[in-house]
Amino acid sequence: MGLALLVVIWLITFISTYFFIAKTWWLPAGVSAAAAGIDRQFAFTYVVMGVVFVLAQCSLGYFVWKYRDRGKAAKAEYSHGNTNLEVVWTVLTAILFVGLNLMGSRIWAAERFEPAGDGALKVEVTGMQFAWYFRYTGPDGKFGLTSPKLMDPSSGSEAAIGLDTSDPAAKDDVVTGTMFLPVNRQVDLTLRAVDVIHSFFVPNFRFKQDAVPGLAIHMHFTPNEIGDYEIACAELCGLGHYKMHGMVKVVSQEDFDKWLTAREAEKQ
Amino acid sequence: MADGTGGGETIMATSEIAHAHAAPQGFIRKYVFSLDHKIIGIQYFFLALTAVWVGMILSLLMRIHLIWPDANLPLIGHIQPETYLSLLTMHGTIMVFFVLTTAPQGGFGNYFLPIQIGAPDMAFPVLNMLSFWTTFVAFVVMIAAFFVTGGAPLHGWTGYPPLSAIQSTGPGEGLGADLWITSIAIFCAASLMGALNFITTTLDLRAKGMSLMRMPLTVWSWFITAILGLLAFGVLLSAGILLLMDRNLGTSFYIPLVVVNGQVMGHRGGSPLLWQHLFWFFGHPEVYIAILPGMGVASQLLSTFSRKPIFGYRAMVYAMLAIGFLGFMVWGHHMFMSGMSPWSAFAFSILTMCIGVPSAIKTFNWLGTLWRGNVRLYTPMLFAIGFVSLFVSGGLSGPFLAQPTLDIPLHDTYFVVGHFHLIMGVAAIFGIFAATYYWVPKMFGRMMNETLGKLHFWFTFIGTYAIFMPMHYLGMAGHPRRYSQLTEVAYLHPLIPLQRFISIAAFITIGAQVIFVLNLFWSIFRGPKASDNPWEATTLEWSTSTPPPHDNFGGHTPVVHNGPYEYGVPGADRDFVMQADPAISPHPAH
Amino acid sequence: MATLSPNLAVRPPRTRDTGGDPPSYGGGGNGNQRGGNESSDYGGRLRRARLGLVVGLTAVVMLFMGFTSALLVRRGLPTFDQQTNTYSRDWIPIRLPWTLIVINTAVLLASSVTIELARRDISRQMALAPVRSIPGVSLGDESRFPWLGSTVVLGLGFLVGQFLVFRVLQQQHAFLNRNPSNSFAYLLLGTHALHLAGGVIALIYAAATTWLNRPVEARRIVIDVTAWYWHFMAFLWMYIFVILLIAR
Repeated sequence: MGLALLVVIWLITFISTYFFIAKTWWLPAGVSAAAAGIDRQFAFTYVVMGVVFVLAQCSLGYFVWKYRDRGKAAKAEYSHGNTNLEVVWTVLTAILFVGLNLMGSRIWAAERFEPAGDGALKVEVTGMQFAWYFRYTGPDGKFGLTSPKLMDPSSGSEAAIGLDTSDPAAKDDVVTGTMFLPVNRQVDLTLRAVDVIHSFFVPNFRFKQDAVPGLAIHMHFTPNEIGDYEIACAELCGLGHYKMHGMVKVVSQEDFDKWLTAREAEKQ
Repeated sequence: MADGTGGGETIMATSEIAHAHAAPQGFIRKYVFSLDHKIIGIQYFFLALTAVWVGMILSLLMRIHLIWPDANLPLIGHIQPETYLSLLTMHGTIMVFFVLTTAPQGGFGNYFLPIQIGAPDMAFPVLNMLSFWTTFVAFVVMIAAFFVTGGAPLHGWTGYPPLSAIQSTGPGEGLGADLWITSIAIFCAASLMGALNFITTTLDLRAKGMSLMRMPLTVWSWFITAILGLLAFGVLLSAGILLLMDRNLGTSFYIPLVVVNGQVMGHRGGSPLLWQHLFWFFGHPEVYIAILPGMGVASQLLSTFSRKPIFGYRAMVYAMLAIGFLGFMVWGHHMFMSGMSPWSAFAFSILTMCIGVPSAIKTFNWLGTLWRGNVRLYTPMLFAIGFVSLFVSGGLSGPFLAQPTLDIPLHDTYFVVGHFHLIMGVAAIFGIFAATYYWVPKMFGRMMNETLGKLHFWFTFIGTYAIFMPMHYLGMAGHPRRYSQLTEVAYLHPLIPLQRFISIAAFITIGAQVIFVLNLFWSIFRGPKASDNPWEATTLEWSTSTPPPHDNFGGHTPVVHNGPYEYGVPGADRDFVMQADPAISPHPAH
Repeated sequence: MATLSPNLAVRPPRTRDTGGDPPSYGGGGNGNQRGGNESSDYGGRLRRARLGLVVGLTAVVMLFMGFTSALLVRRGLPTFDQQTNTYSRDWIPIRLPWTLIVINTAVLLASSVTIELARRDISRQMALAPVRSIPGVSLGDESRFPWLGSTVVLGLGFLVGQFLVFRVLQQQHAFLNRNPSNSFAYLLLGTHALHLAGGVIALIYAAATTWLNRPVEARRIVIDVTAWYWHFMAFLWMYIFVILLIAR
């Protein structure tokens, strides 16, 4: 029985570890400026935790077999513990855990403590049951006003976010259902939600942020590879949560300018 | 004759707990409205057993829908995406409240706390009886949510507003959601009553010689769990009251100006984050409430079945106290992505890493207990060892989530689902199984079948790993939580085979639980009779008869001379010295 | 406040047949421990009841802590107004009928006095019980002031007063859902009133123990615990008063 337990525990440990190492299912390709740092921190954490995992599980399996009951002859060692050992492993664990955390905090600070730089592309993302809309400022560089009374989700785009066209700044705002971004340019994102909490999650950008009604949350990121990347809503928002997805198309700066100009022209 | 159970008993004034007179007569007094903590403990246990089967069937339906979304099931028909969300909500709620907060504490804690400290009953037996029946009412109200118009709510066990606060955000958010909140509020009251009893009993009713540092670790775990409950459930109740007011009285605690289905709602100025703060202030201690009793049982069993004292008793106590204390300071780690201030996130994250330290100490000490022991692999011990393995697996995904940087890709994905299921949905459940196999002989006077027990263990140990370990891979690949199906988002399609594997593993593992139920009921009625101390254990419940008499010790309150884990004492004539045995001399330092 | 010495063998006036010798329990005849015969366990029961009350009140404190933190957060919270693209606050302090509230406060504090006198009265009766049970000794049955009854009356008076406060607010159109300040005021006043009503029921029961001819120790425990609960209700009221005064 002890041997069976050892074998099973060791097998489970090695099989799960194998799939982690082989990256059979893994983080998708990281295509934003922040991705490299996040992935590095992730890799470091999982190596450290992986080593602890293997050591702990294998010791457990080994002890259960090695110290199996050998009848009346064998007697357990009468010991209430070892205070020195306790102190040592407590301190080591604390250093390890807190150290790991402090390492990752620099990336967090860079992502979240500072606002977007000047010259970043302003995009507003609005989540609602069950679609994402994206707003660009248009030539005046300002987002116009929206009004809850003017919101009509069934009409799509401008009406869905309740664009108040009586406001001059709103007249040139471009609203789309697909997010176009120029590569290698920082995006100054404003996240809003109309009804319930949603979450704007683009796995490839290593970007996630809840969109909360009543708040206009500012975030930034910089996509650094051209391609199409899927958005998945990552906060339960109702029956259509599973199909509230969208698309981010990262294109070259020229293609982006062409696209935006065409959209702005439609607004004249 | 003292008017014990007659009309004179009040909640606050204790009845004579001497129980020097006869036990109550009559079926109703003896089994329904019993004041005997042992019967009440059994009542809680069977309530939890019912709840866990409801919860498991809900998860079975969820797993079926995930891999066969268009399936037409007998009796149920086609499961809609919103129905999936209701199943998910009720699964989580029922499991967390009516299983994990009920069986370990209300069930085994109620039964064994008084006996393990040498008391004849809980401090307030009438309150104890009321706390069980209030829990029962809460359960009935929760189940009722399935049967009202609109059905059960779909907002997840976490119930974030505005989704949970406005009736028109989805089916099930009508009366079903109100019943859900009401049930939880009733449960809060029941839990607080129980916590009151546990704390007072532990502080005031210990037998002579049972100092705090001689209490079994199970008692410590129930005591600390009760303190956590006392401080946490009041806040949950406050949050629930505010939510009920927002839903029904037009207040705006949680709801800002929102437009639902094109209609401007009449609320403004509220904060969805307020709910999250209040809920998680309760919610984080709640998960420690779910796991601490299991840790106590694991310590108890690892020591008993290794024939060795627990390694580092004091450290184990301090670790549990640290976990309890720190548990109130880390709630923000559920909210890194919520829009909360990133500086708060940093602070919460450091504290969260700190709470990993006492958990690690406990794991080292469990390993230290096994080391150079004489390990007897009976079924209770198998589940205790399984607990340690699963606690390590579930615990080690914690440091990923505790770092906000890594939480960015992992929050609200299956990585989190895998993490908390391994810890709560498996390790804590293993604690309950271990306790069951260990204590059924004492509770019912009969041994459970070892072969069936071992079979149950193997299926469940391997099965739960097969279900929940792969969820980490899904999470890393970006699979969000609470998706009814994987058909719409393109990058999820390659993950469908893994979801299928998980579902198959779940079908088998759920099926294997039938072995447990059969074993339990068969053994209770027909199992081989158990002796007073079949495991050769040291704590006080094993020094009384099997099952214990009405006043627990047959008129002989024990006097305690020894610590709780005196196994393998050199020079003793057997390999264990019971707590009520004459003192070991010289008494070894801890 | 005098506690009965647990080693004093007290024979309660109401005859309780405890048989001949008390059951012998291991651990010595230390009557302070649980497991002794009921009368010498009285000190333990009182201590346990008080401990239970303290623990229970901790839960009530946490409930109001939850409400308080919600109030403080909500009060300072700006939300994004899409129509102006700015953050704004919508908290407008409620206008409360302070005269009425101060009168209610006075009534509640008076009731604290009366119940404290009731509590001391029953303690005195407990202390005198062994004297009373000596055959032939008569202390005279002085008519005692119905302190418990007075507390019930004052407690009900407070509840009526709170109801009047709600009535005034309704007449002013300061409805519950008009403004968050209103919501919290109603919430705090209402929850406190509910807890106090529970206290009134406990008081009525405590008063009833006299007529039900319960033994004096049991009555003492009930009245003692109810009295401390009542004092806590007064303390909680003062807290709510201050919160409403400075943070409404």
